[in-house]
Amino acid sequence: MLDMLLLETIWFVLWALLWAVYFVLDGFDLGVGTLLPFLGRKESERKAMYAAAGPFWDGNEVWLISAGGVTFAAFPNAYAVLFSALYAPLLMLLFALIFRAVSFEFRDKVEHPAWRGLWDGVHFLANLVPCILLGVAFANLFMGIPVDVQGVYHGSLPELLNVYGLAGGVFFCFMFVHHGAIWLAAKTRGDLQVKALGAATFCWPIVLVLLVAFLGLTASHTDLYDNYKASPTLLALPAIALLGLVGARTALRAGKLWTAFAWDAVFIIGVTFFGVMGMFPRLIISSLDPIASVTILNGASTPLTLKIMLGVAAVMVPIVLIYQGWVYRLFSDAVDGEEKSGAAHY
Amino acid sequence: MDVVMLSRLQFAVAVFFHFIFVPLTLGLSVLLAWMETRYVATGDETWKRHVKFWGRLFLINFTLGVVTGITLEFQFGTNWSRYSSFVGDIFGSLLAIEATVAFFLESTFIAVWHFGWRKLGKKAHLTSIWLVAIAGNLSALWIILANGFMQHPVGYAINEAVGRAELKDFMAVLTNEYAWGMYAHTIMGAWALAGFFVLGVSAWHLLRKHQTDFFRRSFSMAAPFTLILLLALAVSGHHQGQVVAKHQPAKLAAMESHWETMKNAPFSLLVVPRTGGKEGNAIETLPIPGLLSWISFGSVDAQVTGLSDIPAEDRPPVNPVFWSFRGMVALGGLFMLLALWATVRRKDPPAGLMQALVWNIPLPYIGLALGWTVAEMGRQPWIVYGLMRTSDAASPVPPSSVAISLAAFLAVYTLLGALDIWLLRRYAIKGADTGGTTDA
Repeated sequence: MLDMLLLETIWFVLWALLWAVYFVLDGFDLGVGTLLPFLGRKESERKAMYAAAGPFWDGNEVWLISAGGVTFAAFPNAYAVLFSALYAPLLMLLFALIFRAVSFEFRDKVEHPAWRGLWDGVHFLANLVPCILLGVAFANLFMGIPVDVQGVYHGSLPELLNVYGLAGGVFFCFMFVHHGAIWLAAKTRGDLQVKALGAATFCWPIVLVLLVAFLGLTASHTDLYDNYKASPTLLALPAIALLGLVGARTALRAGKLWTAFAWDAVFIIGVTFFGVMGMFPRLIISSLDPIASVTILNGASTPLTLKIMLGVAAVMVPIVLIYQGWVYRLFSDAVDGEEKSGAAHY
Repeated sequence: MDVVMLSRLQFAVAVFFHFIFVPLTLGLSVLLAWMETRYVATGDETWKRHVKFWGRLFLINFTLGVVTGITLEFQFGTNWSRYSSFVGDIFGSLLAIEATVAFFLESTFIAVWHFGWRKLGKKAHLTSIWLVAIAGNLSALWIILANGFMQHPVGYAINEAVGRAELKDFMAVLTNEYAWGMYAHTIMGAWALAGFFVLGVSAWHLLRKHQTDFFRRSFSMAAPFTLILLLALAVSGHHQGQVVAKHQPAKLAAMESHWETMKNAPFSLLVVPRTGGKEGNAIETLPIPGLLSWISFGSVDAQVTGLSDIPAEDRPPVNPVFWSFRGMVALGGLFMLLALWATVRRKDPPAGLMQALVWNIPLPYIGLALGWTVAEMGRQPWIVYGLMRTSDAASPVPPSSVAISLAAFLAVYTLLGALDIWLLRRYAIKGADTGGTTDA
C-alpha cells in the first residue's frame, strides 16, 4: 500500500511538473504571438516575432501532448473525467492550437499583404485564446468543478467564467505575455528589443497585482490553503513564485535578459506548483461531493503501469531535455527579421 | 442522433483527416533522408535542390498532420471517457510513451532541419532529417500498438472490482502480432503513397517538359522504391489477413461476406452482399475451390467461420467492410501495374503512363482510407474486441455538444484541408528553385 501511494505521489508531482514545463515553454511563444499586433508594426518586426518562436513552438507544444498523455497513462479516470467535463473549452483550445500552427506555416507561403494580414490576425487570436483558456481551466480546477460520482459533468461553459475563473484567465494571459515579452527582448535587437522591454516593464506591475489578487481570491474561492495550513513548508511555493517575479524584474533592470527569463520561468513553475500542490491528493476536485473527487487513490493506474512509465520517464525525459536544450542553444542568437523567417529559409 | 453515433462520426472525421497528411509524412521523410544522404555522399548540388523542393512540400503537409494528431489524443478523453477509464492503464501508457519517445524527437528535429541549413554542418543536418524520419515512423508504431490492443487485446486482466482492464504483461502488449502486422502494412502503404506522390508530381512536370532533368531524377528514384514497397505491401497484406482470420473471425467473414461455416471454403470472384441488414449474398458466383481457406489459414482444409454462426449483435456491418476491402485490393492491383510500368520505363516514361500517374495521385489516399475502414468498421460492434462495446464507451456529454463540435471539425478541417492542398499544388507546380537562391 505504501509502495503504491509513493508511486502515485511521484506521478502526481510529475504531473504538476509537466504542466509547469509546458507553461514555461509554450507560455513564451503564446505570449510572443499575443504581442504580435502590439509590437509588430512593421513587416520586418512581425517577421522577427515569428522567427523568435519559429524553431521552438512545435517542440514546446509536445509538452502539452505529454501532459495529456501522462494524465491518460497515470490517472486514466482523471483523464476521462477532466476532458469530458471540460469538453467545450478543451476543444476550443485545440482548435486555437491548430490555427496557431497553421498560421506559422501558411503566412509566408503567399506574397500578398492581405494574405499575411489575415494570418497575422489568426495568429494573434490563436495565441491569445489558449493563454486565457488555460488560466480559466486551471482556476476552475483549483476551485472544483461540478462532477458527480459517475464522472458526469453538471456544469456549463458560462459557469466556468465565474469571478475566480476569469481572474485565472486574465492572470495567465498577462503572465504569458510578460514571459513572451522577456523572451522577445532576449531574442531581438534594435527597436523591437526596446519595444519588447517596454512591454515587459509595462506588464510587470500588472502581473504582480494579478498574482497577489489571485492568491487572495484563492483563499476565498478554493480550499487549496487547507494543504498549506496542514504543511506550512509548502508556503515556500507561492514565495518562490513571488521571488521569481521579483527576480525577473531585477534582472531585466540590470539588462540580464536570459537571467530574467530564467527567473520568470521560476515564477511560472511556482504558480503552477502552488495550485496543483494545493489540490493534492486530488486531480479533480468535485464541487458537488468530496466523494466524487478524482484522487491519486481512485484515479490512478496500476502500480505495474506506473512503474513502467516511471522507467520510461526516467530515461526519456532527461534525453528530451538534453536535445531540446541543445536546440535552444543552436538557435539562441538574435533574429533580425529579414534573415530567419520561414520564407527566407525556404 | 445519439451521442455514440455523433462521437463515432466525429472521430471518423478527425482520424480520416489526420490520415490524409500522415502517410506522406511517413514516406516522404524517408525519401528526403535518402536524397540528402545522396547529396552529402556525392556533393552533387542537384540532390540538394531535390531535398529543398520535396522538403518544402513535406513541411506544408507536415503541419496539418501534427495538429490533427493532437486533437485525436484528446478525443479519447473528450468523447470516449468510458473507454478511457476502462483501458487507460494500458492504452494510455502507449500514447504517453509515443509522445516522450517519438513525438518530441520528431517535432524538435523538424525545426532543426527546417531552420538549420546554415547553422549546422552537412552531416549534422543530414542526421536531423534521419531523426525526423525515424521518429515519425516510430511514432506510428506506438499508435498502432495502442490500436492493436483495441483489435486484439493481450497482456491484460479484467479487474471486476474497479471495472477496468489492467496491465499484466507489458511485453505481450509490445509484441502483439496483430499490431505488428498492422504496422508493417500501414508503413508500407504510407511509403508507397509517398512514392506515388513523387511519381505523380514528377510526371506532371515531365509531361510539360518543365525542369526535365530534375524531375526525371525524382521519377527514376521513386519508381523502383514504389514497386518494391507494393510487393512488400501485398505480402504484408496477405499475412495480416491470416492474423485477422486467427483473431477476428467476424471481421474476416465480413471482409469476404462469407456466411456458411465450412472447411475447404471457396473464394468467389463475384460477390454482392445483400443490403438493408438482410443476411446472405445477393450474388455469389465464380468460386475458386478452397481458396478462402487457403488464403485465411494456409491450408485448403481449414475451416472458415461464417457470419451465420456469429450472433447478429456481434457482427460488423458487412457492406462497408466488404466493399472497402474489395476496393482496397482492386486499387492495390492497379498500383502494382502502374509501379511496374513506371519502373520498366523509368528512363523514358511514355506520356500515357505519366498522365495516369498524375491522375493516380489521390488514389493511394483512398486506398489507405479503405484499408482503415476495413480495420475499424470490421472491429465493430466492439471498441475493444470482445471486451467492450462501442455503444458502452462514449462520454456522458450532451449530444448537442458533440453535434456542435462535429460541425466545427467539419468546417475547420474542410477549410484548412482545402487551403493546404491548394498550397501543396501551388508549390508542386512551381517546381524546384533554379540555382542562386537555393542556399538561403
